[in-house]
Amino acid sequence: MKLRSQNLVSIDDLTTEEILTIIDRAKKMAPIARSGKVSTLLQGRILATLFYEPSTRTRLSFESAMARLGGTTISVADVSSSSVAKGETLADTIRTVENYCDIIVLRHPQEGAARWAAEVARVPIVNAGDGSGHHPTQTLLDLMTIQESQGRLNNLNVGMLGDLRFGRTVHSLAYAITRFNDRIYCIAPEGLELPQEIAADLKARGKQVIQTRDLLGILPQLDVLYVTRIQKERFPSPADYARVGGSYRVDLALLEHAKPTLDVLHPLPRVDEIAPEVDQTKHAKYFAQMFNGLLVRMAVLSMLLEA
Amino acid sequence: MTPKRTKPAQTPALDVSKELRIQKISAGTVVDHITAGYALAVLQILGITGANGEVVSIAMNVQSQKLGKMDVSKVEGRELTSDEINRIAMVAPNATINIIRNYEVHQKQRITVPDHVEGIVRCANPSCITNRERGITSRFAVVERTPVTLRCNYCQRVTSHDNIIAQLLGKSQQLAQQ
Repeated sequence: MKLRSQNLVSIDDLTTEEILTIIDRAKKMAPIARSGKVSTLLQGRILATLFYEPSTRTRLSFESAMARLGGTTISVADVSSSSVAKGETLADTIRTVENYCDIIVLRHPQEGAARWAAEVARVPIVNAGDGSGHHPTQTLLDLMTIQESQGRLNNLNVGMLGDLRFGRTVHSLAYAITRFNDRIYCIAPEGLELPQEIAADLKARGKQVIQTRDLLGILPQLDVLYVTRIQKERFPSPADYARVGGSYRVDLALLEHAKPTLDVLHPLPRVDEIAPEVDQTKHAKYFAQMFNGLLVRMAVLSMLLEA
Repeated sequence: MTPKRTKPAQTPALDVSKELRIQKISAGTVVDHITAGYALAVLQILGITGANGEVVSIAMNVQSQKLGKMDVSKVEGRELTSDEINRIAMVAPNATINIIRNYEVHQKQRITVPDHVEGIVRCANPSCITNRERGITSRFAVVERTPVTLRCNYCQRVTSHDNIIAQLLGKSQQLAQQ
């Protein structure tokens, strides 16, 4: 199936049918990913990764996805040592790199950077995170993990906990999960609430955004708890971070109040918002997310390259 | 001592047959149906400070059947460009532009707020790519027309009406200082 859009910048670029198709294709990629062998699906195709911000999981999983499908990856080891350091614009970098590849995966600190790159580029652009904007492949792997574990995407009470202001993964997830559900629970420390325009968007779509600080009160109702790290690097000053850093923690004592079927997800990396003791419980789904990230990226690359 | 508050006087209707509130102009532009209280902002957007000798008349908070209250400004000897009209649309979306030649209305144009706006203001989000990258034009979808509110095509953040006005007034002040 060919995707309607040439690029994947935001989850809103995809129809609900396309989201479900990507998840289905991702599941079919599992045998290839586990085989220890390389497919020929993307043989001869080249992926360029441009990461202007640090990344471990996203970058490695895209590169691994391309390798598993028989393609090759080129990248700039350190953007600060490239022409960007000489003042090159993003547009010029894209117009240069597109000559060497068939698809570009971009992570950039400025919101809207991937949309701009997609306007400029002749090859498909995949947004791997633009500031506190969007991270659509993360959302796809989140949805896949929820669907695998809960057996469905609808009729779920999903709660998002933590930094809902700067966390791009929750912004994309909020739009995506409310395609399947009429409400979403937002549990954030003061000052880190879901941006007003996203809450207004969801309400305009007829969705209920329930904002609370009472995690313990809301927890027994939840099927999914999506935990995020408070992103120290996005705060204007250390003092601002100190006000909210460490203000919540998911541990065994807290999970005693949860449904036995509650799934705890996290885009990782984590700091101290999920206690390591939770890793051994059936609630922990964050490592499953990491494997699904590989599968989703295999699916996305193959569909954007029409393989 | 606190000054004694007085009740504002009832605003009379703008009825030229009984009282000529603003004189007719021989040539120039009449901006009519400006959102009440925004006539000075419109002049500022046009870079009119009065210091350069422009002949300008304004009426503020006069009665209007359509708007309840409205402002009017008349600028002599100047016909507005489409760029200036687009900027006025951001603060006075119901305004009417009358081009006057030889005391007659040569052309009457009702301002329309477009569905999309390009380049008139910057995105209010400092982390938006449009505020960092050279050679990129800001682009917005109009999400509300009265008052005008914009959503950035790139970062999807909303630029409020207050922010739009602050930018347009700030820009005109910069132009006036040049």
